[in-house]
Amino acid sequence: MVSRLHRALIRDLWHLRGQVIATALVVTVGIGAFVTMVSTYQSLARARTDYYATYRFADIFASLKRAPDSLTASLRLIPGVAAVQTRVVEDVTLSVPGLAEPATGRLISLPGAVAGAERVNRLHLTAGRYPSPRSDEEIVASQTFARANALSLGSRIGAVLNGRWKVLRIVGLALSPEYVYEVGPGMVVPDNKRFGVLWMNAEGLATAFSMKGAFNDVSLSLARGASSNDVIDALDRLLAPYGGFRAYGRADQPSNRFLTDELGEIEVNATYIPAIFLAVAVFLVYTLLARFIAIQRSQIALLKAFGYSDRRIGLHYLEFALLIVGLGMLAGLALGGYFGAALIGVYQRYFHFPILRYRLSPSLFGFALAIALGAALGGSLTAVWRAVRLPPAEAMRPEPPRSFRAGVLDRVGLMRRLDTVTKAILRNIARRPWRATLSILGISAAVATVVVGRFMFDAVNALMAVHFNAAEREDITVTFNEALSRGAVTSLGELPGVLRVEPFRAMPALLRAGHREKRVSVLALPPSGTLRQLIDARGRRIDVPPKGLVLTRKLAHLLAVDAGDHLTVEQLDGRRREFTATVVRLSDEPIGMNGYMDADALAGLLGEDAPISGAVLQVDTRREPELFASLKRTPAVAAVSIRSATLETIRDIMNRSFILMTIVMTAFGIVLVAGVVYNSVRIALSERGNELASLRVLGFTRVEVGQLLLGEQVLLTLVAIPAGCALGALLCRLLVPAFDRELFRLPFTLTGATFGFASLVTLGSAAAAGCIVAERIARLDLIAVLKARE
Amino acid sequence: MRARGVSKTYRLGEVEVHALRGIDLELEDGEFVVILGASGSGKSTLLNILGGLDTPTHGEVRYRDHLLSGADDRALTRYRREHVGFVFQFFNLLPSLTALENVELVTEIAQNALSPREVLERVGLGDRLRHFPSQLSGGEQQRVAIARALAKRPDVLFCDEPTGSLDYPTGKRVLEVLEQANRELGTLVVVITHNAAIAQMASRVVRLSSGSIAEVRLNPHRASSEAISW
Repeated sequence: MVSRLHRALIRDLWHLRGQVIATALVVTVGIGAFVTMVSTYQSLARARTDYYATYRFADIFASLKRAPDSLTASLRLIPGVAAVQTRVVEDVTLSVPGLAEPATGRLISLPGAVAGAERVNRLHLTAGRYPSPRSDEEIVASQTFARANALSLGSRIGAVLNGRWKVLRIVGLALSPEYVYEVGPGMVVPDNKRFGVLWMNAEGLATAFSMKGAFNDVSLSLARGASSNDVIDALDRLLAPYGGFRAYGRADQPSNRFLTDELGEIEVNATYIPAIFLAVAVFLVYTLLARFIAIQRSQIALLKAFGYSDRRIGLHYLEFALLIVGLGMLAGLALGGYFGAALIGVYQRYFHFPILRYRLSPSLFGFALAIALGAALGGSLTAVWRAVRLPPAEAMRPEPPRSFRAGVLDRVGLMRRLDTVTKAILRNIARRPWRATLSILGISAAVATVVVGRFMFDAVNALMAVHFNAAEREDITVTFNEALSRGAVTSLGELPGVLRVEPFRAMPALLRAGHREKRVSVLALPPSGTLRQLIDARGRRIDVPPKGLVLTRKLAHLLAVDAGDHLTVEQLDGRRREFTATVVRLSDEPIGMNGYMDADALAGLLGEDAPISGAVLQVDTRREPELFASLKRTPAVAAVSIRSATLETIRDIMNRSFILMTIVMTAFGIVLVAGVVYNSVRIALSERGNELASLRVLGFTRVEVGQLLLGEQVLLTLVAIPAGCALGALLCRLLVPAFDRELFRLPFTLTGATFGFASLVTLGSAAAAGCIVAERIARLDLIAVLKARE
Repeated sequence: MRARGVSKTYRLGEVEVHALRGIDLELEDGEFVVILGASGSGKSTLLNILGGLDTPTHGEVRYRDHLLSGADDRALTRYRREHVGFVFQFFNLLPSLTALENVELVTEIAQNALSPREVLERVGLGDRLRHFPSQLSGGEQQRVAIARALAKRPDVLFCDEPTGSLDYPTGKRVLEVLEQANRELGTLVVVITHNAAIAQMASRVVRLSSGSIAEVRLNPHRASSEAISW
């Protein structure tokens, strides 16, 4: 007999396959999203841990002006230090074959000619070899940079090394744990064409930069249990006499920082998206099962009359829920595995690991199973309990007629003005307010999902519009390899195609307020400048005040200061002066984090002749090729950044990664809307089939009956759309802090197009789901209603 | 209304069922016709075909200018909408609408409808207009269903076991309403029933047996609904 019950179960599932599939699909998406996010997170985290451990990623990093190699011994003696690697690191301008504009290369010295000679931050050689011991022209290039520029072993790159033109030859390609995310100085997104890391022999590099027997960069690893802060303090003390900039830990190491932020973002997505879907799945399982049990009242009574125990009957219906959810879970695991692997594929383009394997851990299966089980139980317990409690005699009788009473709407007389169909729809909603509410919540969640899926587009567009139209309006930024006098402005102005030159000085500085401190650049700007501007929250220009400091709001927040407060500015280059400045006001540029001062005011405080470290240029785009050609060979130029290239890179990344996100989230939203609407309408049809058929008998057309059937969902959907837009906006608002980073801050922006898109997607999928069910109106058995109740 | 050589064959699994075999029947406006027959005699099938819910396998059915045999769903819906009222054994009212609103639902789509309030008063429910079906007794619900069928002023009223689920006094009350509609509105009433007593009210009695007309009997002395009992 037990097998009979099981056979009945399979038959019932088949009979209700439409609703079973709709419910299972929502579970699929919930579990799928969960598995996608968590497996991606685990795969990336695992790849990072392995990479860092195998290739000895350093724990502490510091750069300095210049220190003799003899200092290395003292560094090794710092308590808690396990290994020390000193290097020479220099940013230079590169002339890459096939690239019109100059690129920036970061030259890093290699301590030995064989792999593994580096005590920390070991290279992972993917092709070729290390430079031969005596060579001063052989280099190992970052594989990412080489690929982006179609360079290979043997390719040659021109570089300006300390003012001298030099041709470098690629003999090896490599990856480094320091550059998993290979961003250049001041870049928000990686531009692998225009920034790349190059490793060469220590001797050759030191000779070129007059650094023989000296170093300007230290990486070190910590012994187990050592305090990172103590080591940083000790290191800073030792390096201070040698022009040491503040040392920092992994948390502030740019590549690692990006990776950590990204992992954090995945973690956020891994919680709220699956939660939405599984909550809706619980609701769908509940309504489906409750209706199913209502239909099977007489069968339940019969089974009880035959002597089946309450437990057995309860289990029967529980199995029904478990099978639906189980089905969804299995599909969800497959979907999650597929999307997870695809997502890892996308990450592989931005994060460069020697091995980034997609892994689905067995514990994740267990976790997904537990979640699915929870959803099945959550959705079925009340309904099953009701079936079990049904006394056999009562269960034998048909379901009692649904009772309606005049509601609030009737009492205030609102109903009188409505047509009868609308009245019927409104009363149906009012009779089961919780069911209507849950439907609205389900559909709203779908709308919100679609809105969230497009949020990144809107936010990044808004960020770019504000930043590049109001704050950084220059065409080209030129950074010198050392501070120059103001006369350099004239020389730059004489370069071909340059229309306007505005100098700046970027002074590395440590800002201190109380016990808080932050290493940033203090940008000294001319008050008359219009290319690089300070802006307020609405993107309007702020004048550089003649005295005092302007801070980026994020920086002020990190230092816990506001306008009117004082802080200490410690110069980290040059004469290392220290002075106190007043924060005059805060600025709101969305990218980067700086202090700003009037150029003359800063020069006055430092007692200097206002040197400049770079300039922003406005250029005639038609003469760019000539300009680029001369910049590539200008000795004083360390880096050139081109606005149009940055914009292009950001757009490219948006198009590649955000579109996937939008498509996936939109698909999820469609599944959710369709699942909720399809199930609701199927249940309505099951409950009201006889009434509707009798109206057909009385001459109502299919369309008229369809209105009665679908009207409720139309109304609920129309309520859910604005609610969902609001919910989506709220979710995005909650996501914004996750993107409030030192490097950039996403504004909370959603466009009308996004809301319109979400509304249309919702309406479309609701209409499609409704129409699929409405198709069944044609199949209503008109003859049967003349005879029977069920 | 005219049926000529109407046959209906169903396939029930492997078996062919001949529900109707060559029925010829003419019904005139204003008649009160009772169709009697045992279960499986084909009386429900005949009602379904005459009422435009089903089409015959062979033969022709006409109502005025409507050709019902071979008509599509759209044409049959129009026929039912314009000319036909149905009273079911079960009432199938919309539970979310009051008695009055259930009737209004139909009058909203009908041309030349009666006032819903008046029809309900006519069936004796003038004081129950604002009650929902769940607040009405079975007989009252059946009368709302009849009012709903009558309100659009149908030319033909088909009733399938109208007293089948009602107790005796309520059943009699319902028959009284049907009689009244036939008399006062001139509606052609067609009732199918097991209940031979109802035949006494008819102007014509048709007895079906195994899908064929076994007997057609005119009843010149119609009894009033009050006079009959079962």
